[in-house]
Amino acid sequence: MKRRNIVCAAALGAALGATPVAAQDTDTTTAEFEKFRAVMEEANPAELFELKGEELWRTRRGPKNASLEKCDLGLGPGVVKGAYVQTPRYFPDVGRVMDIEARVVHCMITLQGFTYEELAKQPFSTETRTPDVVSIVTFIAAQSKGMKFDAPQSNAQEREAYELGKAIFFHRAGAWDLSCASCHGADGKRIRTQQLPNFTNPQQAARGVLGWPGYRMTGGVMHTLQWRMNDCFRQQRFPEPKYVSEAITALLTYLTVNANGTVYKGPGIKR
Amino acid sequence: MADPMRIRATLQGDVADVRVLMSHPMETGQRKDASGNVVPLHFIHSITAQLNGKTVFEASTTQAISRNPVFAFKVKGAKAGDKLSITWEDNKGDKRTDEITLGG
Ligand code: HEC
Repeated sequence: MKRRNIVCAAALGAALGATPVAAQDTDTTTAEFEKFRAVMEEANPAELFELKGEELWRTRRGPKNASLEKCDLGLGPGVVKGAYVQTPRYFPDVGRVMDIEARVVHCMITLQGFTYEELAKQPFSTETRTPDVVSIVTFIAAQSKGMKFDAPQSNAQEREAYELGKAIFFHRAGAWDLSCASCHGADGKRIRTQQLPNFTNPQQAARGVLGWPGYRMTGGVMHTLQWRMNDCFRQQRFPEPKYVSEAITALLTYLTVNANGTVYKGPGIKR
Repeated sequence: MADPMRIRATLQGDVADVRVLMSHPMETGQRKDASGNVVPLHFIHSITAQLNGKTVFEASTTQAISRNPVFAFKVKGAKAGDKLSITWEDNKGDKRTDEITLGG
């Protein structure tokens, strides 16, 4: 054991520049990006947020100095495994359907004593700040890795949330008269180099929920589907929805139920 | 306060294939915040890995490396039960060390 040395060292820095690309190059760009993503997925920075989220889940915090370990994500107090892929779902204690982030916010308010106002003040990640909720949701999501999406539709409220989500998805309004379906309702649409998934096509429906929460290489920030919904409403030139609003839960119900049966691969990488 | 690293290592014979994820803003000193102020330079400038206390890897790094960077390297002469520790230090004097025990 006299020689202990390094045989190879490599730094995988994720610097993704915005290079102007001609339209016909789109597929090459996508293919190249997929290769890059495959490399990154072997060591996805999302794991850092997962670790952080796990610690936050266990630590006593907030005015009530409590941990989240009694939080019921739908499968019983403290049960995290499988919870992500089985939400949105109806929660009898509040009498309504909640998506995972809405539920975590609910638990932080009821168990730990935080207020909605403080949690809703800056709910999305920036380059310099990742809200605790984002890390916690990433941790919860990771505990469903390898399980199939199975958002329940077993009671009237859950079915109503699906119908409401579907109605919002196709509802055209705003300055440009857009709906979600304007961008995500036909095959082969794209904005600049981004291929837009068609959520009305059963073959592509799962692309709405796979890889979320996602580490966005642009800026190096972790985002949940709440952010994605918000940002798409912005692109749609709609007013910004309230944080963890019923409309978002409804949209997530629509997207997740359409993806039911697909295996969830855990928190992902997004450009 | 720095967040923990995520270190993974797999042994292939006596070679440990190490992959480490670090939680760090890696500010280039060129970015401006929402109010137009330059975000000060803040980056990891050195990384050291030790196997049972003996340095096996050293790197000097710059602000050109991405936020939350990933490093991968191989260490020869490693065996199950060895302790692998990794330390980074940044230009503000902040430091973090994490350690794992190599698996069988
Ligand atoms: C103006 C066009 C536009 C509209 C309208 C729009 N989106 Fe998007 N959507 C995008 C773009 C662009 C992306 C990012 C694609 C990428 O980065 O690859 C995206 C991404 C998404 C994703 C993530 C897909 C993935 O691959 O991870 C979901 C889910 C989504 N949108 C849902 C919606 C919903 C729900 C609505 C309606 C509230 C909506 N979008 C409205 C343009 C739009």
